[in-house]
Amino acid sequence: MEEIKLRIKDLSVFFGKKQVLHQVNLNIPANKVTAIIGPSGCGKSTLLRSINRMNDFFEDVRIEGEIIFDGNNIYAEGVDPVTVRRRIGMVFQTPNPFPKSIFENVAYGLRIQGWKNKKAIEEQVVKSLQAAALWDEVKDRLHSSAFDLSGGQQQRLCIARAIAVEPEILLMDEPASALDPIATARVEELIRSLIKKYTIVLVTHNMQEAARASDYTAFLLLGKLIEFGPTNQIFTNPQKKETEDYLTGRFG
Amino acid sequence: MIEENNLKRRYLVQNIWFTIFWLSMILIAVVLGSILYFIFSRGVKVINWEFLTAAPRRGMTEGGIFPAIVGTLYLVLGSIVVSLPLGVFSAIYLTEYASPRHPALRAIRTAIHCLAGVPSVVFGLFGLAVFVKIFGFGVSVLSGSLTLGIMSLPVVITSVEEALKAVPLSFREASLALGANKWTTIWRVVLPSSLPGILTGLILSIGRVAGETAPIMFTAAVFYTRGLPQSPFDPVMALPYHIYGLITEGTRPDKQIPLAYGTAVVLILLVIAVDFIAIYWRGRARRSRKW
Repeated sequence: MEEIKLRIKDLSVFFGKKQVLHQVNLNIPANKVTAIIGPSGCGKSTLLRSINRMNDFFEDVRIEGEIIFDGNNIYAEGVDPVTVRRRIGMVFQTPNPFPKSIFENVAYGLRIQGWKNKKAIEEQVVKSLQAAALWDEVKDRLHSSAFDLSGGQQQRLCIARAIAVEPEILLMDEPASALDPIATARVEELIRSLIKKYTIVLVTHNMQEAARASDYTAFLLLGKLIEFGPTNQIFTNPQKKETEDYLTGRFG
Repeated sequence: MIEENNLKRRYLVQNIWFTIFWLSMILIAVVLGSILYFIFSRGVKVINWEFLTAAPRRGMTEGGIFPAIVGTLYLVLGSIVVSLPLGVFSAIYLTEYASPRHPALRAIRTAIHCLAGVPSVVFGLFGLAVFVKIFGFGVSVLSGSLTLGIMSLPVVITSVEEALKAVPLSFREASLALGANKWTTIWRVVLPSSLPGILTGLILSIGRVAGETAPIMFTAAVFYTRGLPQSPFDPVMALPYHIYGLITEGTRPDKQIPLAYGTAVVLILLVIAVDFIAIYWRGRARRSRKW
């Protein structure tokens, strides 16, 4: 069995009176890509955002259950969500670079952590851009606006920004859904290359993407975890009828 | 052919409304044009170098308006120093920190909107009672700046609030997901992104502050000073109040009224000039912030 990076235990999430997640249990293996798939509104994004406590910002959210990261429950009393988010990074559905230069976008996470040494910041920015497979395209214009980049480049910049602070887990919320097929392929390739260092959780409603890019797949339906296993097995030999129906396009 | 008739009728209705919109636009252009025409045609001939750089002489029938220009600039700057930090800080609190459903918040918002509707002479009386008398600042640049600053707070708060709300949620989320706390996110992402909107609020308030007469009548302005103010506790001359003085005081209306129009021209040009500087800044700030 693989090393487990994160254990989700009996996680339920409510928005007001509406229950969005029902007692989800899921173990995220280290240095693998775990895809979360399911139809719109099944709670994929809510599950993902629970992992770095990004749901805390909603007004009437209530969260039950535990998420064990490094032996500690991140929802335990007294845990500062900020410290959780420093170790669990996130890439969003639509590329959302800051209205700053390419360089400053990547340096942002370092600066807010108090990095002052110019040379160290520069090295880390270059390293992150290289890891995000963006360096060759931007090395001559690091100080021009991030908005001058194409959508696919912007998304890779957001990945560079997220990995610059060297998180242990990287959460990706449909990172390729706003991109064209070529840019998508580059992002997926990048995801595969990142697992040497990071554990990745990837939400997608694109089943082919899950099949191409992930090692494990979790299928979520109406807020319940239906099935979890190696991607290969889920796609070729699903154990549950709902999974098979979804994968064969009977609903979705 | 019922449908065709109906179609013709709908085009007719459309054309009638377009004409009404067009006429309204023309009417406004005419009104604006005639204001500028009357002020400029009467005022331009008294404007020369001496008018802009000298003090009034001979009971305000000759000389220039230099002390009033300087006084108005002081008051505008002073009021910005008061209203900008206060307005930005309270707008940040209202939009970013306060829970949006709290009833007290709605009361505060309503109060701010009411404040915007208070006649400016009431602010003048408030300034007289509080800053001039109770705080003992006397009739001075300081009292006037505080009064004008408080008067322009609602405009500043409302426009800064709008600017902050216009910053996309995705920017905040990106910052928070990197482990920034709320204040860091506001300081490093939200505020820089909303700078153009904040500058818009500033422009609006400058225009209003520079032209106000009532709030400074009892708090800052006098008809005549010897020389320029030496400290914030000195009274000043100011352009709008100078116009008022030229029209209502003195014994030589034949000489004073053209000077009043000239002063009005300078006031208009001054406001336009300050606005252009702010608009230029805003344009520069906007260029790097398209989203």
